[in-house]
Amino acid sequence: MTDRPNSTPLLECRAVSKKFGAVQAIYKVDFEVRPGEVMALVGDNGAGKSTLIKGIVGIYPFDEGQVSFDGKPVKIHGPRDAADLGIEVVYQDLALADNLDVVANMFLGREEMRGVVLNELTMEKRAKEVLESLSVTTLRSVRQTVAGLSGGQRQAVAVAKSVLWDSRLVILDEPTAALGVAQTRQVLDLVKRLSEQGYGVVIISHNLHDVFEVADRITVLRLGQQVAVLDRHAVTQQDVVHAITAGTLAHVPGMQEADA
Amino acid sequence: MSDQSPQDTTAADFNPRTAGFAAPTTSVGDYVAQRWQAIRSGELGSLPIIVGLILIAIVFGSLEEQFLTARNFTNLLLQMAPVATLAIGIVFVLLIADGEIITIDLSVAYVAAVGGVTMVLLQRPGDPGWPWWAAILGAVVVTTAIGFLHSMIITKAGVPSFITTLGGFLIWSGVVLILTTQYSTAGTIRIQDKTLVGISNNFLNDAIGWILGIVIVVGYAASQLLDARNRRSRGLESKPPLVIAGQIIGLGVVTLVAVAVANSDRGVPQVTLTLGAFLLFWTFIASRTRFGRHIYAVGGNPEAARRAGINVDGIRVKVLMINGFMAGVGGIVLASRLRSVATNTGGGNLLLNIIAAAVIGGTSLFGGEGRIVSALYGALVIQSIQNGMDLLGIASGTKFVVTGIVLLLAVLLDSLSKRRRAASGLA
Repeated sequence: MTDRPNSTPLLECRAVSKKFGAVQAIYKVDFEVRPGEVMALVGDNGAGKSTLIKGIVGIYPFDEGQVSFDGKPVKIHGPRDAADLGIEVVYQDLALADNLDVVANMFLGREEMRGVVLNELTMEKRAKEVLESLSVTTLRSVRQTVAGLSGGQRQAVAVAKSVLWDSRLVILDEPTAALGVAQTRQVLDLVKRLSEQGYGVVIISHNLHDVFEVADRITVLRLGQQVAVLDRHAVTQQDVVHAITAGTLAHVPGMQEADA
Repeated sequence: MSDQSPQDTTAADFNPRTAGFAAPTTSVGDYVAQRWQAIRSGELGSLPIIVGLILIAIVFGSLEEQFLTARNFTNLLLQMAPVATLAIGIVFVLLIADGEIITIDLSVAYVAAVGGVTMVLLQRPGDPGWPWWAAILGAVVVTTAIGFLHSMIITKAGVPSFITTLGGFLIWSGVVLILTTQYSTAGTIRIQDKTLVGISNNFLNDAIGWILGIVIVVGYAASQLLDARNRRSRGLESKPPLVIAGQIIGLGVVTLVAVAVANSDRGVPQVTLTLGAFLLFWTFIASRTRFGRHIYAVGGNPEAARRAGINVDGIRVKVLMINGFMAGVGGIVLASRLRSVATNTGGGNLLLNIIAAAVIGGTSLFGGEGRIVSALYGALVIQSIQNGMDLLGIASGTKFVVTGIVLLLAVLLDSLSKRRRAASGLA
């Protein structure tokens, strides 16, 4: 999609580790996303996908390792820091308020004001612009409540919300897990559009079919370690499955404690 | 927008007529179709209330000729004022329901009574003989503080509102009993101050009634037209002019007929103006400010609100303080109407009527749904039914049964429409 070899990574994690008590959740993981790239993050349950994401957005900051954003080293201590850098996460539960309309949800907590009064017109206009820029055209109205939306539409609203704030990197946690075939199609198209517009996208998914549909590269985690970074065009689903289940571990679990 | 590829959408989701968020002005037909669609998917709005009030008027009007008279209309305005005022606070409380856990204030009637008693005690001539405004201020400060106290127990200690205010119910009823028996021999303390008696017993003179009616209609028309113009100028779709005109004329006719009827009797009650001012103010807060938006968000999805950076407990504390404040106002209105407070003030079926008013008016028990004006609608329904039954000389027992059935019907409607909305969301 973009001239990948030449672009500096938007986000770069070097040898990041995180321990929860005696459990080494992730160990010396390297992970990078380039602008305009869809990077899939795959791995079996407990491979460390969530820990890596929570470390990146500062919910559980890494114990060691280096994180750079835009080539500059950064310290992210919480979701606020991440948002300030332009990193937004769309969690699996989407965090939408069913009783509020699309506009109110997109601006929740960051409402546009005119004095003490909500500036509804500006918010509505901006919400429409963002939705249209992502070619989300299936909504009857941006003033309809989220309760009446389909799963794919809700995902679209959550993604639109995440790109509303000059964000650069959008992390999608299992965006298609609860969706049917047609809805999944819509969300995958949305992911492609995000990358076409230059956003860095991380997509966490168990569904390799979806991953092969949209991802440019695939980072495979296994038992808390990064075992492969694969170019989607150069590998088959079999290769990825093999890496997920039997990827070579650089560090044998149990040996690190002896080092420490 | 219009030439999108077919794989972008599914037949079920895609409506070619409204793709790309439709044209700037909706046609009347589209508007009606949209409203009908909303009603069918469970967003009933004020439809059940309008139907209910018409039914009440027909039933009681045909059974009792006194029911649809100007005298009874002004009586109704006076009777409903305390319940409507108190129900405003309860609407706020119901809005912040936490998921499956209903938030409720079971102590509101007795907190109101504490407010009324405080005001009456403070105005007693010479002891301490506070001026009317200071007595009012004292009363609302006390009840707002009670709301704060409840909110601390609910948010900091995590005790459910149901239990906290059940305790409050007993405590504040006890306080009312202690104070009224301590400061009187017969258990009744009368209000001496003319202004305080006037709150719920004075009528506006005819000219002022007309001016107010016209101000309301003109104000509503101006805000509607201004809003439509702003939306059009920003290229956003607006309601069709015919619908706006219809709504303005509808409100105008109802308001001016109400003023004319009231004026043909004793005039518009002063307390109706007070109630209207509070309704307007709190509607503004709830629907136009960031704080109001966050109240609805907390009631809709507390976790989403938290992740959006909203201080969820802070919102809950403020809402319970608003409820305390309105309990004080309602207590003052109630005490003024009875011209006194007594050992049984705040008792009887006042609590039931307040909560029923909020729910019947269209506020959901499940949080996040309901407008402030539902306090008025619900109080109107409850009080007109009770007023009608009083005129027919129906026994108390039957009155309780009928009121209870109406409440259950309202809750049933809420549950069913909620289910309907959830079902239509699965499309």
